[in-house]
Amino acid sequence: MQFNYITERPYRGLAEDQVYEHGSYFSYPNAAFDPEQGAADYNAYIDEAILAEQVGFDGVALNEHHGNPFCMGAVLNIEAAVLARATERVRIVLIGNPIPAHRNPLRLAEELAMIDLISKGRLVTGWVRGSGPEQFFNNSNPAFNRELFEEGHDFIIDAWTRPGPWRYEGKHFNYRHVNPWALPYQKPVPPAIIPGYLSRETVQWAVDKGYPYLGLGGPLAPNADLMDFYADQFEARGLQAGPENFGHVVFCYVDETSARAQEIGRAILFAGGNANFAKAQHTLPAGYNSPAAIKRLATVPQGGWLGVTKERLEEEYVDVKTDTLAEKKRQTEASYQRMQENLQIVVGTPEEVTAKLKTVITCLRPGMLFFMAPFGNVSDDDRRRSIRLLGERVLPELRAEADRLELTDMFQRQPGSNKLEPGQARKCVVDRDAIAAYNCSMGL
Amino acid sequence: MERALHWMVERDRIEARGRSDETARLRGKPVAEQPVEMSEKLVDVGGVGVVTLEGGSGRPLLMLHDELGFPGWMGWNTSLSGEHRFVVPLQPGFGRTPRVDWFKSVRDVAAFYARMVRESGLARVDVIGFSMGGWIAAEMAASDPEMFERVVLVAPLGIRPAEGEILDFLAMTMRRHVMATVSNQGAEEVKALYGGGVSAEQYELFEAARAEASRLAWEPYMHDRTLPYRLGGLQGPETLIVWGDRDQVVPRGCAEAYAEAIPGARLEVIAGAGHRPEIEEPGRFLEIVGALLKAPAAKSFASAN
Repeated sequence: MQFNYITERPYRGLAEDQVYEHGSYFSYPNAAFDPEQGAADYNAYIDEAILAEQVGFDGVALNEHHGNPFCMGAVLNIEAAVLARATERVRIVLIGNPIPAHRNPLRLAEELAMIDLISKGRLVTGWVRGSGPEQFFNNSNPAFNRELFEEGHDFIIDAWTRPGPWRYEGKHFNYRHVNPWALPYQKPVPPAIIPGYLSRETVQWAVDKGYPYLGLGGPLAPNADLMDFYADQFEARGLQAGPENFGHVVFCYVDETSARAQEIGRAILFAGGNANFAKAQHTLPAGYNSPAAIKRLATVPQGGWLGVTKERLEEEYVDVKTDTLAEKKRQTEASYQRMQENLQIVVGTPEEVTAKLKTVITCLRPGMLFFMAPFGNVSDDDRRRSIRLLGERVLPELRAEADRLELTDMFQRQPGSNKLEPGQARKCVVDRDAIAAYNCSMGL
Repeated sequence: MERALHWMVERDRIEARGRSDETARLRGKPVAEQPVEMSEKLVDVGGVGVVTLEGGSGRPLLMLHDELGFPGWMGWNTSLSGEHRFVVPLQPGFGRTPRVDWFKSVRDVAAFYARMVRESGLARVDVIGFSMGGWIAAEMAASDPEMFERVVLVAPLGIRPAEGEILDFLAMTMRRHVMATVSNQGAEEVKALYGGGVSAEQYELFEAARAEASRLAWEPYMHDRTLPYRLGGLQGPETLIVWGDRDQVVPRGCAEAYAEAIPGARLEVIAGAGHRPEIEEPGRFLEIVGALLKAPAAKSFASAN
């Protein structure tokens, strides 16, 4: 099993109330940006990745967002290039490059090949459509998002594998001379993992391409449902899915005492966290999802997607006065407790965190686990202490447990290499009994 | 027959624009005073079938709906239907007619509709286009000035105004977009269409419409820098630009730029109306548009020259 450290590289120094009052992170006016703070943060996060390697993590992961202080990794390939040289052992896991936002897949193929070469084959590429705000920020047409994603992806794989030079005339991209000189170190192409947030379409695409799937949070049962969906699709192709096909992300903060961990861990939901990432009109631009998906969203009571609900879709028109600051904070506090109960957030002492994470990996049986660091204004000392405690006191316990549970990762067993005999039914990929037992014990 | 057709009109209104309490109350008593017999057919355009509604009798009038889709048969349609046979293609990608994969610009749609007009033997036809439909009509006219006898562009998108910006309705939630199109919210038909809630089905249809609008004109946003020049060569059709002075979507400069670009075009401003003068100020709208469309089509292309 592989253990990965990840942070969104939050810009530190924002007043929480101001983020709440602005209504979202995305499009927060950049007049508030201080270059001294930005420089300190970027360097601190590079140092954190190096520390993660030193204390025993297997990988350091990066993601990409644009135009907001929630995640400063606007060009994750730049950070990945730094880490390719600054680290020696860890895999550099990109989750991932938003192909439609880049609008130039040939350039992306070149950048990633360089990172793979400089790191001597430690690159794991992830491919994403990019969230709604990414489309606005980069002026990438949301209604062609899936087409741009799929065409761009296939082009990159071809650029890496098909001897050049050749000419490409597609629907959205055209190149008269495809012959990237620097090709990836890993053959035939670097391994990949596909992140998604409770989206069947994304899981289906990962299955179609034979990629492992990384669940970006969410409670145990909905994740298990998607993993079963993945495994069913795999079975239909005569393949047995296993831990090597799955990754899982938890928000995590560890400290010496439970009280201190709980207090600092609140920053995981700083200013509302993910739910306050962007406003509805930026999160769900027209055409980004299928009309049927919009219909589902408008139908399902209490349904929602990245904080967008039917109510939020309507709020700007119906003049629903957005909640007061106090109410927003109350909701965030409630989420903090609820997300700990359902194990989306894991906060505590090394012993407490170890016990909870053993439950997570027992229930979901992922081959890769990602530890997402807090947002907000957590100090370097606190952040680094959490990384050290994870590496020194949590990972050894989890490794032993993962071995006991036979959680093979994608580097130990190639996803899709486990064939089923004709007529043979697949084995379980998640532990439903363990999920039921846990949820029952928590009254969920 | 009338009942069935009536139902279709009603269904279109409900599916496309919102089944409000008001609309429900008006069922059986449609907004249009005199129910007009309508038919629906699939018109083949080079292998692509486009769902087309027809109603009324007389000289054909091509109606190109806006970026939110056909709202249903309204009072102004009825008023003109005694002298005009409405031909209303439901634009591909807007829900009823499937999306055409190669459409990537408004000019693509214009080329498609131009072929439809030619192959249906409609030319020289009169055309009325709303918002993006107005832009499409302008593109058709620019590419073939002989296609139209009379052109009515209602609050057309397509030209970047000298001052102000076209509303970025793709950066709005759909409900807010819909409501930004109407300024006179007390108008009877506005209340009937938008007075109530939005059903899941309506979300789906608006999403389809807005997504297709995005595919056609996300960048540059809702305009084409080459259009004013191309419209400069538009000699022949009598052209009327209609714009409501409370339009929140299309600034006055768009309408003025059209009037300036098209030789002989006339701009009529309707006071108190927003982006949808045909339902916000239907009386004044009919007065202006009816005067042009009801006049004998005496001015042929040959005599104009």
